[in-house]
Amino acid sequence: METKIYFDNAATTPVRQEVLQEMLPYFQDFYGNASSVYTIARKSKTALELARKQVADALGALPEEIYFTAGGSESDNMALKGVADALQKKGNHIITSKIEHHAILHTCEYLAEKGFEITYLDVDQDGKISLDDLKKSIRPTTILISIMFANNEIGTIQPIAEIGKIAKENGIYFHTDAVQAVGHVPINVKDMNIDLLSLSGHKLCGPKGIGAIYIRKGVQITPLIHGGAQEKHRRAGTENIPAIVGLGKAAELAVAELPQTAEKLTKLRDKLIHGIQEKIPYAKLNGHPTDRLPGNCNIGFEFIEGESLLLLLDSAGVAASSGSACTSGSLDPSHVLMAIGLPHEKAHGSLRLTLGHYNTEEEVDYVLNILPEIVERLRNMSPLYEEFLKKQKS
Amino acid sequence: MNKGKVVVGMSGGVDSSAAAYLLKQQGYDVIGVTMQIWQEESRQIQEENGGCCGLSALEDARRVASKLDIPYYVLNFRKEFQDKVVDYFIEEYQNGRTPNPCIACNRYVKWEALLHRAKEIGADYIATGHYARIEQHPVTGRYCIRTSVTAQKDQTYVLYNLTQEQLQSTLMPIGEYEKEEVRKIASNIDYFVSKKADSQEICFIPDDDYVGFIERETGEKSKPGDFVDMDGKVLGKHKGIIHYTVGQRKGLGIAFGKPMYVYAINKEKNQVILCDNDSLFQKKVYANQMNYMAIEKIEGEMRFQAKIRYNHQKSWCTVREIEEGKIECVFDEPQRAITPGQAIVLYDGEYVAGGGMIIGSE
Repeated sequence: METKIYFDNAATTPVRQEVLQEMLPYFQDFYGNASSVYTIARKSKTALELARKQVADALGALPEEIYFTAGGSESDNMALKGVADALQKKGNHIITSKIEHHAILHTCEYLAEKGFEITYLDVDQDGKISLDDLKKSIRPTTILISIMFANNEIGTIQPIAEIGKIAKENGIYFHTDAVQAVGHVPINVKDMNIDLLSLSGHKLCGPKGIGAIYIRKGVQITPLIHGGAQEKHRRAGTENIPAIVGLGKAAELAVAELPQTAEKLTKLRDKLIHGIQEKIPYAKLNGHPTDRLPGNCNIGFEFIEGESLLLLLDSAGVAASSGSACTSGSLDPSHVLMAIGLPHEKAHGSLRLTLGHYNTEEEVDYVLNILPEIVERLRNMSPLYEEFLKKQKS
Repeated sequence: MNKGKVVVGMSGGVDSSAAAYLLKQQGYDVIGVTMQIWQEESRQIQEENGGCCGLSALEDARRVASKLDIPYYVLNFRKEFQDKVVDYFIEEYQNGRTPNPCIACNRYVKWEALLHRAKEIGADYIATGHYARIEQHPVTGRYCIRTSVTAQKDQTYVLYNLTQEQLQSTLMPIGEYEKEEVRKIASNIDYFVSKKADSQEICFIPDDDYVGFIERETGEKSKPGDFVDMDGKVLGKHKGIIHYTVGQRKGLGIAFGKPMYVYAINKEKNQVILCDNDSLFQKKVYANQMNYMAIEKIEGEMRFQAKIRYNHQKSWCTVREIEEGKIECVFDEPQRAITPGQAIVLYDGEYVAGGGMIIGSE
């Protein structure tokens, strides 16, 4: 069946019409290389700098602190490897959390192989790190703290300003992977003492394959990609102008509309969460009840397999997810759900529905209508449920 | 036109791709599924193959499904595979037996787990790309595995352990075709898939070093012990019983002056018993954990042809039950290297009558 309802906006989002319109002229009309001197290239250069300003404004940063990359993963890699390389004489200790995206976790594993020491902070049952733990784990050799702004699976938002303050007091760089947060919750890098921040275009109705990294003025960092002088020598490669224009426009729109969007999505999200919990027994919300992304609903259904749930939703025309999307599409028990203390089988039975710009209340109603039946069907076939019912009787 | 919904297990190889194609042609509502069962790849291998979740097979299966225009999903069966196949495999070797992991995988993972998952999502059948047919026996009416139409390829041996219910809900479309025809069908779907080599024997040990695998998994080095002859005389030192299998000659690591073979493994004494070639030939086999297909049970003495390993030539034998689920099978002619842990599969002509696990021989 064709997908009728798209509830996987944390995986990616459609490009908004306004964004696409801004991008189109830069494919065929203004195709010049932004580094060239002639008129048509100047159009590209102007567009590049406008987009840089749009992204900077979305973060409360200066335009010269924004560097375009090929996406969130590249930005995360650049932050970690770049700072590790630049500061290796100062120290070799990095603090992060157990619920980071793989772009952070796998990069940390790589750095660990190169001799860096990594502390992975635990999170509580709602998915928040403890500021006390953070303070205690700081060493004289700590060169970087990298904690995600908001989690991609359970939506929990970290106390970013407090983390920034602690980092600043200790003279340690603070990076945040804000791929899920930019355009969804208010961010100000200056107020929050953020030194480096990663963001991605396709999570806020911009195009895929484009992202940016904010690097506070004065931060020492080694480039990841060497080559031409683009992005002030920090990121070589001819700028992807259409995508950059799209990212700029998407960021501008998202931030301008943020209060209304957040209100709308929070309302839909809460209707979804409460509706599911009213209609389906043994359904538990994963993540923080209020400090969570406006569009994120993550529910664990006891006794059932998340994979079968997703397949049945797919055949009912609903696109959903049970965690982060790996390229194989196969699902492992999520490291995030394990970190908030869910046992293996419950980590398997979770459903993530993430709402975005184009979703409506009717769609929420439709899902609330079909989901109880599907869960019921799977539970009726589940040996775990059968066992549970038997135990209840005796 | 619609014959029902079928979940096809797709490995990205020739046979399962052809199976999916044939079922679609036959009018089934086909869903492709790759069972992710194992991922033990070093980062180096992952980097070389550019795979995030390993197994580039997934990409082939996904491409084939997309060409056939059928829904395709990757389902995770790692836990089942670990419990029912890998753990069993290791335990058997540690107990001095030679396991057949494919049989365990078929029964517990490919059938039990996949069939359950398939029914959850509303499918009527599961299907595989095995060279075998599923039919009702002309006399008993019971569901059973029948050899494929091609003599070149016979995978019935690894399928003896399926239950009636499992057989009833299973389709094996390529059992009706010759190997070359299947390859031709596959080449019409996808050139690269049709050129792929047949899959290897132990899928979760790509380097074939099963000893290294067991030692890594258990974190224990296998314990050296004595080679002894059939009278118990010590002949030398062995590297640990998991290194050996009945009938083995190569890799004993010692020159004995004449060809010596592994006769048996004594786990309690941590001994490997050696013998000459003649002593490897025996007539009598004991097996337990019997599963019956074409017949409901063994009544009195019954005549079958039997196989004691995958590549064994079927041989005539007489079988009787000695207690429930346990049989004694006497071959007409002595058979070489009857190996505990392997399966004995009984055939009534082309039909699988049943089978069980070899526990001893005389």
